[in-house]
Amino acid sequence: MDKYIEMIRIRFLMMLAYRTNYYTGILIYSINIGAYYFLWKAIYGGKETIEGLSVLQMTTYVAVAWMARAFYFNNIDREMAMEIKEGKVAVELIRPYNYLTMKTMQGLGEGIFRLFFFSVPGMLIVSFVFPIRFSADIYTWALFFVSIVLSFLINTQINLLTGMTTFFLFNNTGLIRAKRVIIDLFSGLLLPLSFFPQGIQEVLKFLPFQGISYVPSMIFTNGFSFSETLQAIMLQGLWVLILIVPIQALWILAKKMLVIQGG
Amino acid sequence: MFYLQMLAQYIGQYLKTRLQYRSDLVVELVSDLLFQAVNLIFIIVVFGHTDFLNGWSRDEIIFIYGFFLVPFALFSSFFNIWDFNERYIVKGELDRILTRPIHSLFQIVLERMELESLFGAITGFVVMAYAGARLGLSLNWYDPILFLVFVIGGALVYAGVFILIACISFWADARTSIMPMMYNIGNYGRYPVDIYNTVIRFVLTWILPFAFVGVYPAAFFLRREEWYVYSFLTPVIGVVFFAISVYVWNEGVKRYRGAGN
Repeated sequence: MDKYIEMIRIRFLMMLAYRTNYYTGILIYSINIGAYYFLWKAIYGGKETIEGLSVLQMTTYVAVAWMARAFYFNNIDREMAMEIKEGKVAVELIRPYNYLTMKTMQGLGEGIFRLFFFSVPGMLIVSFVFPIRFSADIYTWALFFVSIVLSFLINTQINLLTGMTTFFLFNNTGLIRAKRVIIDLFSGLLLPLSFFPQGIQEVLKFLPFQGISYVPSMIFTNGFSFSETLQAIMLQGLWVLILIVPIQALWILAKKMLVIQGG
Repeated sequence: MFYLQMLAQYIGQYLKTRLQYRSDLVVELVSDLLFQAVNLIFIIVVFGHTDFLNGWSRDEIIFIYGFFLVPFALFSSFFNIWDFNERYIVKGELDRILTRPIHSLFQIVLERMELESLFGAITGFVVMAYAGARLGLSLNWYDPILFLVFVIGGALVYAGVFILIACISFWADARTSIMPMMYNIGNYGRYPVDIYNTVIRFVLTWILPFAFVGVYPAAFFLRREEWYVYSFLTPVIGVVFFAISVYVWNEGVKRYRGAGN
């Protein structure tokens, strides 16, 4: 266990070396949220609420969705693809740790860094400029926290799956991009899933993507009732467990047919 | 002339390398299409809840998006330099570029071409045709010419902004997280700028002039006369931003000392 925690720490320190960039990132992020705010205001027009969300909740939703993304987002699928293509994965495999767990920990180190140096200050600045409502309720914060940790796990698991496809496809930049686009749309990052037509919503209920962005953002904006929140978090947990199965299966298969293309 | 020859040579080589991994090329085209569809879905879903966006109808917004796709396709085919810092500065690849007999920026453009992005322009035409037909837009003899001018102007705006961001690496050699965010901000130029407040409008018009890649030029074809001045400014802004970026690039290259390897 120690070695994995050390991995988180190293990745965190690595990111810390580049922290200045994140200050500019925050500025750009604020413009981003600002533009979204006005876009949604125009969409609402004179309407009080759409699908049970007010403009205020909508802005909060968008702001927190992007902030949470900074935490759960990582490029480990691209990193894995790189390591597999360059043959570095051979060295990784003989090291005394589980490659997939190690990648997850690196992602976590990155996520924790962004949470402290990007999400928190960014959210503070944005909340001064735009009307965003923070919940005063400690339970909401606790549940939100549990939820984004689960988001991180689901997103990372999907990344591991995409990363592992490199073993079979050799070149999967297209697939990685497609995955990212699908997650942005169907996780509820761009707009709450409740805005989609009924038919699509029914399908999305059976997919893991809602657990990445929609659930934590709705919890934060108080868009869910208490029982809905518990249900949603349980569903997230369930997906984390379910996704372990294909990952293990693919991993065993991948190790068997590993081809090092040079190195 | 020499430059054109080089371009042709590189395109030839590029096609060969791309056709080597055919299945990946197909997936990439599909993922591009998916990406364009996502934005369209966003517009359609949003207009499932409202009829007008500050007086602009659904089809008009879709038309703007269709227009945007064309200069954007041109831009992403040739100025795909978002990883310039990591690829050329950190790894010291720029040393190699500087020994080549053509302008360094042109050399990088040649190396980083992604011609398959040009398919995005086709999507753009389809989207515009769909929206245009629903809006009953008429076509004058001069429209195709202006269209070409506006598209090139818009692509130059995008290229200028992204080259300028890439240039930051010459002065501060750390990784930058700005590039991906920039793609997002670029999206806001696709919506009528009159929905934003003055600050954001100013930014989108004069500082990060993404509005000239979407709503301003498209407004001309939508016959929104109140925006004509801005429409015709498109090529001017494009040329100005591109010229500035090339100038800054040249200055940056002078400062470049190599990462050491």
